[in-house]
Amino acid sequence: MSAMSDLSTSIPLAYPELLLAGFALAAAIVGAWMRDSAFTALSLLGVAAVAGAGVLALYGPFAPVEIFQGAMVVDGVAVFAKALIGFSGAATLALGWDHFAKVGDRRFEYPVLIALAVLGMFVMVSAQDLISLYVGVELQSLAAYVLAAWRRDDATSSEAGLKYFVLSAISSGLLLFGSSFVYGFTGSIRFDAIAAAVGEGGGGIGLVFGLVLMLCALGFKMSAAPFHMWTPDVYEGAPTPVTAFFAAAPKVAAIALMTRVLYEPFAGMQDQWRQVVMALAAISMVWGSVAALLQTNLKRLMAYSSIGNIGFALMGVAAGGDAGAAAALIYMTLYLPANIGIFALILAMRRDGAPAETVADLAGLAQKRPWMASLFTMLLFSIAGIPPFAGFIGKLVVFATAVEAGLYWIAVLGAVAAVVSAAYYLRLIASIWFAQPAPALQAPSGAIMLTAAASAALTFPVLVLLLGAIQGWAETAVRMSF
Amino acid sequence: MEVSLAHYLFVAAALFTIGVFGIFVNRKNVIIILMSIELVLLSVNVNLVAFSAYLQNLEGQIFAMLVLTVAAAEAAVGLAILVTYFRNRGNIAVEDINQMRG
Repeated sequence: MSAMSDLSTSIPLAYPELLLAGFALAAAIVGAWMRDSAFTALSLLGVAAVAGAGVLALYGPFAPVEIFQGAMVVDGVAVFAKALIGFSGAATLALGWDHFAKVGDRRFEYPVLIALAVLGMFVMVSAQDLISLYVGVELQSLAAYVLAAWRRDDATSSEAGLKYFVLSAISSGLLLFGSSFVYGFTGSIRFDAIAAAVGEGGGGIGLVFGLVLMLCALGFKMSAAPFHMWTPDVYEGAPTPVTAFFAAAPKVAAIALMTRVLYEPFAGMQDQWRQVVMALAAISMVWGSVAALLQTNLKRLMAYSSIGNIGFALMGVAAGGDAGAAAALIYMTLYLPANIGIFALILAMRRDGAPAETVADLAGLAQKRPWMASLFTMLLFSIAGIPPFAGFIGKLVVFATAVEAGLYWIAVLGAVAAVVSAAYYLRLIASIWFAQPAPALQAPSGAIMLTAAASAALTFPVLVLLLGAIQGWAETAVRMSF
Repeated sequence: MEVSLAHYLFVAAALFTIGVFGIFVNRKNVIIILMSIELVLLSVNVNLVAFSAYLQNLEGQIFAMLVLTVAAAEAAVGLAILVTYFRNRGNIAVEDINQMRG
């Protein structure tokens, strides 16, 4: 295909990415001009741009179309993941706008950085060669380091940024070292050429080495145990809206990227990678639920909860086949709303203008703020996987897929981990309803209550009613992509 | 003696290992961690260029250029974060980065 005709087919398919890049660059210039007085306008435009990119992505084709001379691809999995990333990114950006406007920290860089991170994730989920994969991951990570260190006059926030930077840079090094071996032993950076070389049985031990290094690095980016050490500290130290962002969109992007890497270039090595993914899934589920029992800070607790939940999604990936990839996508779809809703409520937990984010601050919430308590309870039920909430259905789908693929022991282990994790979610609920009340929290803002109520409505009943549609959509997306 | 692909890979692996050890073993100074990160990224470049020459294929060298560019951006962001950290804490000793558990 000639360069010109390639461009003319590529650009319409890259509208979501172009919208985000255009917004980020324009907003950086406007911000440099108008300083922080542009914060509100840029945040609202940013919400529109990020959500708009998610909507535009939905117009993409499910059958794979390579763009930019095979550097990226638009297919069902990319469309599905971009829609999820766009909507969850917009929701967390709106939360951040509300929060930072209220605490008087109106710096215009916030929407710019979120838009750049979302752009990086869009490139990740569309990557079709090792270079786009690396550039996408790094664009997302570089924006995330700065966001973690957002409160630059606060020691914990800059410590969180520093820890995240150092550990994430190591994982980028692993990703690159692995990529260089994959390139060297297959002779190409393009996923289709790698898949062809893998199919011929070429590569040998060097290729396996490269694949394992890449898997470790991706496990790090999605905070799967044993590569999760950064997660609790970063979640605790970063400002809460930033934590909400970290816990939502990047997880979807990392799961979609890992699925694509394993199912496209390395489809022929399923026996080798399945062991690694199953180990990641098992350790994440167990450690995520056991370590959370000891936490007193709600943000640290949610960090372990996200580690455990990534384990469940990885169980779907490990199952392999179209059903496995679809199960991982469905799990993430059903997990996201509860997660965003809980972080919205943690954001609302303030007393006398200071954050009150420990488990003890939740005690007796039902007596002082019954609405907040009810929403908290619904969202916790969903994330604990209690029927009839969406989180239960997500777990059911991945367990069923794992059993069907013959991975019995990991399904049993997952069920045990789910029960253990239900214990600490239920402990929170018991504390909300039955404990001696702690001093009253401030009244939450309308925007936060709206987000939390919308998330709760999504976990039950909206997503449950739409389950058939979501399942059909994810399965079609995966079948047409891989 | 002919310098073969294996020699280059060995050098790259040695650099990579030194870089990773420099990050984990060093307990003194965050600047040394930043230098170790650079070492890790550069060892990858040795790998990529050696493979590229061996395979007679330019993709590896293009990849190496992009790694260099991103490494520069990464160092800039890392140093900026280090400056905010230093302003808050007054030192950059690795052992003191422990305000939060973990």
